[in-house]
Amino acid sequence: MLILSVALCLGMPATAATVKVAAASNFVAPLNALAADFAKRSGHQLQISSGATGKLFAQISHGAPFEVFLAADDEAPGKLAAEGLARKDTLFTYATGRLVLWSSTGNTPNENTLKTSDLNKLALANPKVAPYGRAAVEYLQAQGLYNGLKSKLVYGENIAQALQFVATGNAEYGLIAASLVMLDGQFTLGQGWLVPAQYHQPIRQDAVLLNLGQGNAAATAFLHYLKSAPAQQIIRRYGYQ
Amino acid sequence: MLNADDLAAIYLTIKLAATTTVILLLLATPLAWWLARNQGWWAKVIGAVVTLPLVLPPTVIGFYLLITLGPNGGLGQFTQALGLGFLPFTFWGLVLASIIYSLPFAVQPLQQAFAVIGARPLEVAATLRASPRDTFFSVVLPLARPGIITAAVMSFAHTVGEFGVVLMIGGNIPHETRVVSVQIYDHVEALQYTQAHALALTMLVFSFIVLLALHVLNKPVRTI
Repeated sequence: MLILSVALCLGMPATAATVKVAAASNFVAPLNALAADFAKRSGHQLQISSGATGKLFAQISHGAPFEVFLAADDEAPGKLAAEGLARKDTLFTYATGRLVLWSSTGNTPNENTLKTSDLNKLALANPKVAPYGRAAVEYLQAQGLYNGLKSKLVYGENIAQALQFVATGNAEYGLIAASLVMLDGQFTLGQGWLVPAQYHQPIRQDAVLLNLGQGNAAATAFLHYLKSAPAQQIIRRYGYQ
Repeated sequence: MLNADDLAAIYLTIKLAATTTVILLLLATPLAWWLARNQGWWAKVIGAVVTLPLVLPPTVIGFYLLITLGPNGGLGQFTQALGLGFLPFTFWGLVLASIIYSLPFAVQPLQQAFAVIGARPLEVAATLRASPRDTFFSVVLPLARPGIITAAVMSFAHTVGEFGVVLMIGGNIPHETRVVSVQIYDHVEALQYTQAHALALTMLVFSFIVLLALHVLNKPVRTI
């Protein structure tokens, strides 16, 4: 183990450092891929802590030692910047989410599914706290489906729980994040229909450099890398725009 | 400070806790009596099963309930056949979950209270020709009063404080399954800290009063 660590260190640039990243749960899969690619290019390692955006926000507000924050919305990073806990000039949208109407069984949903089928439950993330939940409600309202389906809606505390409601068969369909079930344009889990992005406000996920990351060149390098073409290509593979 | 949704969540929580407590006392009393009077292999197995919710993370219980109560689960098919539909995302689903989750908090104080009584008062009652049923209601239950109070209060309080299970199988539906603990979590996640504080403080004061009342009301068991 020691020999392996030494060997790994020797292969890296002398300045290799670790970046402590707080990331929204829905971004963990692409972030792992990004971390591997970033390590290969720069030698810097990511130490990833994932959770719900609101929870991470609360932790950061109370001194959690994170250096970069990748939120699931564009509110929490802005708030941190306004409170002086993050660098405002580093705010940017690293990914834009896509909504998918999803089913875990054999039947493939399409744009008419919610209008015609007599479904039992439709799962979504809590619109009060989750951007994907808000987008789902906006889509239902834009299609005039919201009032008719209101009694059929069940809310997960986040998008992963909405998926779980569908995966366990308790809800027939769910409006969830494409990133959870898609890779390279294919469904890796269940079947779904990508909701056209014009039916809801863009689901912008913002990144920001936290105050604690200011002295860490690797943290700045990672944010810079996130904007690069190779990184954006990896992000798009996971069903983000 | 508390808005209409908060009040609805409080009302729902009290309704859930009260319903659960009544059902639990009816279920746990005979179960605890049986456990207190039996030392056999089966009693040990049942005792362990009853204690399981104490050690399992609520998400484990919630996840298994979601599976078994759903359309693909045995219990789900059973409730569907009875014409009750599927229980996740309903009030009665929460009641069932709460009964499982709070079961040890009802059984253990009762079992202890029954065990403390011992065999002697029962033998005395028997020599006075009291039927077993009469003995149970006229001798055992009055003697076990502190245990019954503790069981009721703990079941109620523990159900009020339930979070992980209701988060898993509740579906967070306003007025139906969104209880206080979930409402507080929502406030925190939505960064509405003032509202979270107001509701959380209400919970804190409530819990303190309940436990204080329990200590004041529950005098030690008198020995005969």
